[in-house]
Amino acid sequence: MGAEFVQFSLTPILIGVFSAIACALPGNFLVLRRQALIGDAISHVVLPGIVVAFLLTGTVAALPMLFGAAGAAVFAVILIEAIKRLGRIEPGAAMGVTFTALFAAGVLLLEQSDTSTVHLDVEHALMGNLESLIWFKAQGWHSLLDPVALAALPPELTRIAVVCALVAVLTLVFWRPLKISTFDEGFAQALGLPVGLIGFALVVVAAIAAVAAFDAVGSIIVIAMFICPPAAARLMTNRLEVQVAWSVAFATLSAVLGYVFAGYGPLWFGADNAVSAAGMIATVSGVILGLACLFAPHRTRIGVPQGQE
Amino acid sequence: MSALVDALLLNAGYNAALVGIGAALLGFAAGASGTFLFLRKRALVSDAVAHATLPGVGLAFILMVLLGGDGRNLVGLLAGSAVSAWIGLLLVEAMARRTRLSEDAAIGAVLSVFFGAGIVLLTVIQTMSQGRQAGLESFLLGSTAGMLFQDAVVIAVGGSLAVLVTWLLRRPMTLVAFDAEFAAANGYDVRRLDLAMMGLVMSVTVIGLKLVGLILIVAMLIIPAVTARFWSEKSERIIWSAGLVGAVSGYVGAAISASAPSVPTGPIIVLVCAGLFLLSLFFAPARGVAAAVLRRWRFQRQVHRRQGLLAMARDEAIHDPLTLKVLRREGLIRPDGVATDTGRAQAAKIARDERRWDIAREVHQDAGLTGRYDGLTPIETVFTPDEIADFDRRLARPVPVAGSGARGGAA
Repeated sequence: MGAEFVQFSLTPILIGVFSAIACALPGNFLVLRRQALIGDAISHVVLPGIVVAFLLTGTVAALPMLFGAAGAAVFAVILIEAIKRLGRIEPGAAMGVTFTALFAAGVLLLEQSDTSTVHLDVEHALMGNLESLIWFKAQGWHSLLDPVALAALPPELTRIAVVCALVAVLTLVFWRPLKISTFDEGFAQALGLPVGLIGFALVVVAAIAAVAAFDAVGSIIVIAMFICPPAAARLMTNRLEVQVAWSVAFATLSAVLGYVFAGYGPLWFGADNAVSAAGMIATVSGVILGLACLFAPHRTRIGVPQGQE
Repeated sequence: MSALVDALLLNAGYNAALVGIGAALLGFAAGASGTFLFLRKRALVSDAVAHATLPGVGLAFILMVLLGGDGRNLVGLLAGSAVSAWIGLLLVEAMARRTRLSEDAAIGAVLSVFFGAGIVLLTVIQTMSQGRQAGLESFLLGSTAGMLFQDAVVIAVGGSLAVLVTWLLRRPMTLVAFDAEFAAANGYDVRRLDLAMMGLVMSVTVIGLKLVGLILIVAMLIIPAVTARFWSEKSERIIWSAGLVGAVSGYVGAAISASAPSVPTGPIIVLVCAGLFLLSLFFAPARGVAAAVLRRWRFQRQVHRRQGLLAMARDEAIHDPLTLKVLRREGLIRPDGVATDTGRAQAAKIARDERRWDIAREVHQDAGLTGRYDGLTPIETVFTPDEIADFDRRLARPVPVAGSGARGGAA
């Protein structure tokens, strides 16, 4: 845990943890609302959004990319809703049509435009580059107090930290309406809550979290973090407060363990190259979910005795 | 443009022709087998299946290299992908059935975790010195540039087999898709049929990996079925038109990509398919948006015409601008708002029919007949002339003066 750890591993781990938490928080509500695959759809359409933003601005600056991606996500959500209503098609199919078509458009744009010269390719979009987000200026733990070194922190860290805090604050502030409208839409409507607006806002927040995390860790981890920690937490408890706490714990655990396994795991087996950290984080979250499916206390539906369907 | 025509006519060279035919076959198989998934409301299961192929590809590669072979043997890679896709499918099933997680959470979990594990394996492979791993990433997005005769044979044989199985199982699978309980009551093993359907989808996914890649094959399974749904209410017809939509997309997409070298095949096939979907969404008869708008427009006119005529029969003034416009256009009133002769005749007829309907509803308690009263259905289309004459006789008795104002208030 010396200077090398601070320089090479501290920031990627922090970025991974913040990404995981930012995705897992809205993921809890998406899973309960049976909208878990919205995360899947959003992370696919982020690609065309980023490419369009690049084509319009000509730079790979972070802000236009974020706006492009968030815009694409909102556009996709509206498109899914429009196809659902106009064509009277069930939600799953409408979602499938939308995100696959938009993703294809993104890949085509990417191949057609002259983006190959800049750091923008499909594999990067899928896998992220968590490993490369290192803190060059750090010389040890004392650098945490050194303003010069702190100024050289990777900008992704600040961005995802801010988004993570934003998501957490929004979740706390809108806790009651979110909870009521998730569990009992009719009751929420009777109370006069804008149910449709809450649902849309949830998706927008999820999109913001997805885009910020995508920037740092790629889209695979985004889908995994939206679904796996909340799903595992759902099997641990019947209370929403406890579930959210569990999901944050699982998300953190996945990010830390995943990064450590990816970076140091191969060394233990005698190999000298690290494997994909994003892929490993997703894998660890899957293992946690698998364990929860097998051993968690509340894994069956309420009121159904154990061992029966 | 002429390059595109050449490609469409299979004149753009041996390789392009091969890809075109292969893509059409794959599109047909994907469209037809994807239809059951769509009808069973499980379209997104294909997403999990497709992503779950990746670790299989990676493991098969590693295994083949460790055994001393060429890691890029296509049949070996496809076998590996089939195994891991099948495991992913069973996990989705088990999670949805045995835990309280819903199916969409199970799908999302499996697709992201398997894909993540696949990416990990790919990075492991990148560090392996032997086995010539180059090109393995093409499974993500597909690549047709390097399509060999061997690949085309795999697609042709596999695609044809998938279509054959679809044809053989079309009846039981349709039954299960629409009413699983009824199918079970009729002695079908629903679970096994579901697994057969999934197996079909999995084989199409595996066959399509090389051509369009694992992310875009999902599009070929979902979009054709949704597109075909706009054109028919009959399941059998939906299956084959979905196949047709898929085949056309594959063929045209491959031709476009052959005529413009920088256009990647997989995405363009999907975009052609999405274009067909948009066309259908807007312009399909009966279920399309344009048809719905037109229907609404006609209905609105009919209601206004009728209300206007009823008002005329009661000698009431009409103020609604749309009503006035409709009546004027049909020559039922003059531009200054006074009823023409035809207008007066029509108004009298409608007022009379309204009274006939009143009688009809008193006489026939049968909701099957009078339930069709919506103010727009002409009474002649529901009752026979004899019955209408009977209504007229009854009409004449209690109301001696059949003037236009007599029962107008009730109408």
